[in-house]
Amino acid sequence: MAKPPLSPDVLIEQFGPHLNYTPPGGWRDESTHPAEKLVKTHCCFCGQQCGIQLKVRENTIIGFEPWEDFPFNKGMLCPKGVKRYMQSSHPDRLLQPLMRTDQGFRPATWDEALDLTVKRIREIQTKYGKDAVAIYGGASLSTEKSYLLGKFARLAVGTRHIDYNGRLCMVSAGTAYKLAFGVDRSTIPWEEIPKANTLFVIGANIGDCAPITTDYIWRCRDNGGRLIVADPRMTPITRNADLYLPVRPGTDLALLLAMLHVIVRDKLEDRDFIEKYTTGWSEVVASVQDYDPRTAAEMTGVPPDAIEKAAQWMGKSDRVIAMHARGLEHQSKGVENCLGVINIMLALGKIGREGCGPTMITGQGNGQGGREHGQKCDQLPGQRSLTDPAARKYIAEVWGIAESELPQPGLSAQEIMNAIHAGEIKALFSLCFNPLVSLPDSNFTREALTKLEFFGIIDFFMSETARYADVVLPGSLQEEEEGLACSAEGRVIHWVPSVSPPGQARRDSEIIVDLAQRLGRGDKFPFHSPREILEELRIASKGGVADYYGITYEKVDAQKGVFWPCPTLDHPGTPRLFEDKKFYTSDGKAHFQVTNWRPSGDPVDQEYPIYLTTGRVVSQYLSGTQTRRIGALVEQYPEPRVEIHPRLAEQHEIKEGDFVTVSTRRDELTLQASVVRTIRPDTVFIPYHWPGKRSANRLTHRTLDPRSKIPEFKVSACRIRKASELETSTDDREARHDITEGR
Amino acid sequence: MFGFEFYVDPSRCIGCRSCLQACEECETHRGKSMIQFDFIDRPSTISTAAYVCWHCDEPTCAQVCPADAIKKGEDGIVHSSLKPRCIACNNCVLACPFGIPKMMEAEQQMMKCDMCYDRTSVGKRPMCATVCPSQALAYITPQEAAKRPTRPSNVFNFGNQTIKTKVFMMVPAQFDSLSLDVADYIWEGKENA
Repeated sequence: MAKPPLSPDVLIEQFGPHLNYTPPGGWRDESTHPAEKLVKTHCCFCGQQCGIQLKVRENTIIGFEPWEDFPFNKGMLCPKGVKRYMQSSHPDRLLQPLMRTDQGFRPATWDEALDLTVKRIREIQTKYGKDAVAIYGGASLSTEKSYLLGKFARLAVGTRHIDYNGRLCMVSAGTAYKLAFGVDRSTIPWEEIPKANTLFVIGANIGDCAPITTDYIWRCRDNGGRLIVADPRMTPITRNADLYLPVRPGTDLALLLAMLHVIVRDKLEDRDFIEKYTTGWSEVVASVQDYDPRTAAEMTGVPPDAIEKAAQWMGKSDRVIAMHARGLEHQSKGVENCLGVINIMLALGKIGREGCGPTMITGQGNGQGGREHGQKCDQLPGQRSLTDPAARKYIAEVWGIAESELPQPGLSAQEIMNAIHAGEIKALFSLCFNPLVSLPDSNFTREALTKLEFFGIIDFFMSETARYADVVLPGSLQEEEEGLACSAEGRVIHWVPSVSPPGQARRDSEIIVDLAQRLGRGDKFPFHSPREILEELRIASKGGVADYYGITYEKVDAQKGVFWPCPTLDHPGTPRLFEDKKFYTSDGKAHFQVTNWRPSGDPVDQEYPIYLTTGRVVSQYLSGTQTRRIGALVEQYPEPRVEIHPRLAEQHEIKEGDFVTVSTRRDELTLQASVVRTIRPDTVFIPYHWPGKRSANRLTHRTLDPRSKIPEFKVSACRIRKASELETSTDDREARHDITEGR
Repeated sequence: MFGFEFYVDPSRCIGCRSCLQACEECETHRGKSMIQFDFIDRPSTISTAAYVCWHCDEPTCAQVCPADAIKKGEDGIVHSSLKPRCIACNNCVLACPFGIPKMMEAEQQMMKCDMCYDRTSVGKRPMCATVCPSQALAYITPQEAAKRPTRPSNVFNFGNQTIKTKVFMMVPAQFDSLSLDVADYIWEGKENA
């Protein structure tokens, strides 16, 4: 039984989160001494992957300097980037392996902890079958580690169930782009953004979630470009929008279908482009017939004339870029939504040339590189399909195994948790994932975790999920291991190690290789360094869509990034895709895809009449394992608040700062209200970075997009009321926290 | 840095507070941020503004200082109070029309933005303007600034007081200077020159 051995309060006292406010040595003394070296590397957090120089002295990171020569961000950093160095030398850092006992976690030796992990994995596989063990990975891992973990799951553990937390991030966009273009990558580098005449941003809170991209957007406007923003909330970039479309949560597809309807009606499409380079146009034309702007206005809450204007601005501009992120993609029709954007851009022929293209804004640090080389449940290195016989044959050869030894595709991240809950998967080994905070319906996740017969985890801090583990292995921070990552642009960049892991903590890849050896497959994991893993990855990706054969650390350093595909060592890389109008599909054409409307998986009704949507704030990152430990970031936005429009607040007699109870079909949450006119009156918003009693994901639901398997975080049905005295009393809230977290 | 000027453009601000976080990383005042940051009116708008000291040509803070502790350099930078002279009287804090000086109670000293003197004097850009993701705080050439749809102004009218500053405010293109007092807009029966 995997469950926390002690109450959350005791575990928090031992392992945090504690708040670190000062650099090593304090503000006044040690940290003001000159650095021994400045290491040019990248931020550990989001998919922007800003260049940063870490100040290092005596194997300690004491601060940072902006890296103004790195072309993407030119020294710019968001507050997370500024304070990211505070995670290093953090007092909560796990410094030795831990094993769960009834009295709490006890220190263990590496041999003990690794041997137990291997013993339990093999026992469970013997008893229940190979696939009774699942592996979780994550998109904050370097590309080398992502590759290694996919190989580890399939060869060393021998399970088909490996998936990653990018399942909560980029899979809707990835699925759509593969269907339409045959490749899962942004079609443009960011330097194209300022060249557009019209920018269409839908479901992307760029100011909070991709802050550096703001500068690109403002420069587009400086150049005379027009900005269209579609979002249920006025997010920070909306302050300069030329057109704001206040779309109702979950109805983006109707908006996109109506925009294409206007384009067809007004004959704004690029006939020549469509005929020469695409397939499927006539079916798509037929599918938008019924979506006139008036009909769409009823569905979306966006005025008909605004829909017309958006379509016409895009249709009549020479250069158009469309950007989307999780707002569009975190829906049970996330793939259709992305295809809705792609269909518009293909109809207008706005792709493969300067200042044009659809693009997804990848969220996680290595959200792009982490989804290319086999960490996904249905994928082999190089963005190859696990069901493609040729791909299986090639990778089996590279790995020196029989093709039959390669498992078939397994379950996706949420499906793995469902299978754990159903008792079908008995053991979990996890790296770089905090599902208790990040998966939807966290009460379900908590129940599932307690059913595991074995749970092993690699982490650098004791995450909320790690408290449920039998074995906690202290791994490495981003700055402690060399590797490649790929940014939102498709730019492969180089994480240069700044310090070595503290205490007994080890580099993640060393732990995986060690486990593989103990599982008896050491011959397939002869790696002594990330460089050796990269050498194999280059060959494994060769000839695939995401071809890294021409990419080395030295080349990345010299070019300040290399855009894949990069098939040969003398190839410069590919910043803008499809310049020759050849797409990566079997027939070389772009494929229009018909999209079908369907309601959300958690529909609004009389009982739950309000939309709940979730998202991020600029000062926190994902499940907060790192950023909830950095004092300056916590102070900037200490607690989640629920955003409510004054019209809705008035109906419930809620004032600014009042405690409000938000209930969904899963659970309820009591938080303070932020009464603002910057959100639709039929919608409330809660950021999701917090655990326990403050966790927005206690309210969300587990409906998945049928193709991408992404959960529908952005659309839930809820009701609200002013909280009772009992619910707002601190004691009671703490007590509820204990009960729910500790049971 | 020669040829570079400081421009503040609140219309670009996304409220991320990277400037606040980065300011306290500066060598001369580690752990203390000198940036001013406002939510303009959060219940009604997402608009935010971050700004630094404006570095007045004739700094009011220095004029009202009874201890002659606030100095302006030849480069136009108005510095924090000189520690040996500062008597922590708060005159500057109260008199500054922009509300910039901060009284550090623990140190008993007024400290303020010195436009990262330690950085600008060795050819680096100020920390806040380097990191600012929206370039609402920008340390750029006038040629760069001219590419923006807003225009720079460094003349502020506070009633009868007109202040010229080193730092520029980006204002809507139709304005020459910023008037922050209703009195500046009132017809008072005489022609204004």
